[in-house]
Amino acid sequence: MSAVFEQIFQVGFLAAIIRIATPLAFATLGEMFSERAGVLNLGIEGIMLLSAMAGFTAASLSGSLWLGVLVAVLVGALMGALHALFTVALGLSQHVCGIGVTLFSSGLAYFLYRLIFGQQSVPPSIDGFKLAPIPLLSDIPVIGPAVFNQFTLVYMAIIAVPLAAFVLYRTPWGLAVRMVGENPRAADSAGVSVIATRFQAVILGGALMGLAGAFLTMAQFNAFTFGVVSGRGWVAIALVVFGRWDPWRSAGAALLFAFVDALQLRMQASGLGHIPYEAFLMLPFIFTIVAMAFMSRNAVAPSALLKPFRREER
Amino acid sequence: MFRLEARTSTPAWFNLALPLIAIAATLILCSGLIAIAGAGVIEAYGVMLSASLGDSYAITETLVRAAPMIFTGLAVAIAFRAKFWNIGAEGQLLAGAVASCFVGAIPMPGTLAMLLMAIVGAAAGALVALVPATLRIKFKVDDVVSSLLLNSVIYYALMALIEGPWKDTFSGYPISPPIEDSANFPVLIEGTRLHLGVVVALIAAPLCWFLIARTTLGFRIRVTGENPEAARYGGINVQRVLLSTALLSGALAGLAGVGEVGGVHFQVMSDISPGYGYSGIVVAMLARLNPLGVVPAAIFLAAVMTGAEAMSRATGVPAFLSDVIQGTALLAMLVALLFTAYRIRRVGAQT
Repeated sequence: MSAVFEQIFQVGFLAAIIRIATPLAFATLGEMFSERAGVLNLGIEGIMLLSAMAGFTAASLSGSLWLGVLVAVLVGALMGALHALFTVALGLSQHVCGIGVTLFSSGLAYFLYRLIFGQQSVPPSIDGFKLAPIPLLSDIPVIGPAVFNQFTLVYMAIIAVPLAAFVLYRTPWGLAVRMVGENPRAADSAGVSVIATRFQAVILGGALMGLAGAFLTMAQFNAFTFGVVSGRGWVAIALVVFGRWDPWRSAGAALLFAFVDALQLRMQASGLGHIPYEAFLMLPFIFTIVAMAFMSRNAVAPSALLKPFRREER
Repeated sequence: MFRLEARTSTPAWFNLALPLIAIAATLILCSGLIAIAGAGVIEAYGVMLSASLGDSYAITETLVRAAPMIFTGLAVAIAFRAKFWNIGAEGQLLAGAVASCFVGAIPMPGTLAMLLMAIVGAAAGALVALVPATLRIKFKVDDVVSSLLLNSVIYYALMALIEGPWKDTFSGYPISPPIEDSANFPVLIEGTRLHLGVVVALIAAPLCWFLIARTTLGFRIRVTGENPEAARYGGINVQRVLLSTALLSGALAGLAGVGEVGGVHFQVMSDISPGYGYSGIVVAMLARLNPLGVVPAAIFLAAVMTGAEAMSRATGVPAFLSDVIQGTALLAMLVALLFTAYRIRRVGAQT
């Protein structure tokens, strides 16, 4: 057991936590903005997958990684807009539409990937993002190499957290988002366009989910495979609850989950006896369910979550 | 400007035509992808149709595929009726498959084996569905998220089994040992794969309809789903209804897994379900949560799945088109449903 503890406090382990947390942080922040405006986005798993595929394809065909990121973000935003069209403009069931968006975008991702790359025994890969150490900061012992010797997308995730908190709590737009999520009728009376604000929040959410997808295929795995998202989207939805719809807490939840996941990977690698590796793979999911059971009691969701808004109806 | 205006009444023909309109819209939308793939749209859909419903063998293959989706479709339809958001039919199916495979591998008389497989498989599915229901009642955990996450947990548990204790030591493949030959569901038509489980699925649909439409429990499920407050005032124990719904829904999804083990694969492997649990959501919505509608809806999706493989071989269009069709059909149906309650009016135009 002491060997396990020693490994936890290694630089490599801390760096792994940060890397695992990055796509989760983007996805969780994205889902959080959407839910704060009153829209549950169960399309997240599919949106991440389609963005991951689109970003990978764009990067692979153009040779530009940043173009790939841009494409992934645009695709994510577009799919967010699609979800908003169904749930916000038409007021359809958020649960079922979200599943529809996930089925549609995962199907589309696999369809287009097969169309573009054909069937290959070894999936094509790209030269993904390289580590970009920040001078001076990366020289700090332990923390430096773990936190400041990372991909640029990791730094973007680290910046995204305070930025999201600032936008949500300190800007007029953030206030509008919170209002349409809590009390759309009051927001409407105050002259805030509920429909427009919700659209914007869900689209921003989709763009962040796109970033999460881009990280997976362009920094973490450098290839698009069929299990590339493998439930990270669903986990992000749980992390939003766990993080009580707050950017800081959500990021904390992502870090905590990443810790469990990294621990799981380490335990697998250290060949802990005869425990099957699948037991470790299900660990983060069980952890999330148990954590939700503890957290959900005090968690207060935005009151208008899941409720469509139609102005003419009282 | 257009706007949605509430309908006072919906024409009867419209209710019936709705799924057909949604399916037509889906096929038209997805023909764009066929064109992008460089194949003839008519040709591609033609191959799909003839490969899925063109001759008697094709029809039996489609029915064999429809059976698990009838079960998961019923599972979702009943759950959604009570607004128990069971997105976990996939995991419940896998649990049913694993449990029935355990039982089926024990030597015993065939009839007994099949009966026990069904009971144990259904119980396993029900047990899994009980988790999100209990979490919702006791801890207010969102059932959508918990049932979704459970799918991953069950999948990895299945993988642990077939990579571990169940692993074929001879071939080294991650597949479970086969069930006893006597436990294999009887084939109804020689030379096809049409097995007893398909008939059970077809019978289950009218039974579920009867349960929902004509029994006290069905009434309670409907009232709880439509208005939980009213249900509570009416003396209905909402939590108990929720638990009953979960048990029923999970058992049906579990039976989907039993059918796949007993009638199709005779063992458990990692890809025993190509997402039948999620397809069940599409089926249930196309059926407008009516158990009787689940049968044609499941047959439609099964035809798309069976046909897509043949289309892929003939035209080179990736078979993943069937997944896109599923997703599009779900979204198209949702939009179509909107027009039962609303119609589009031009604002400012003379009425």
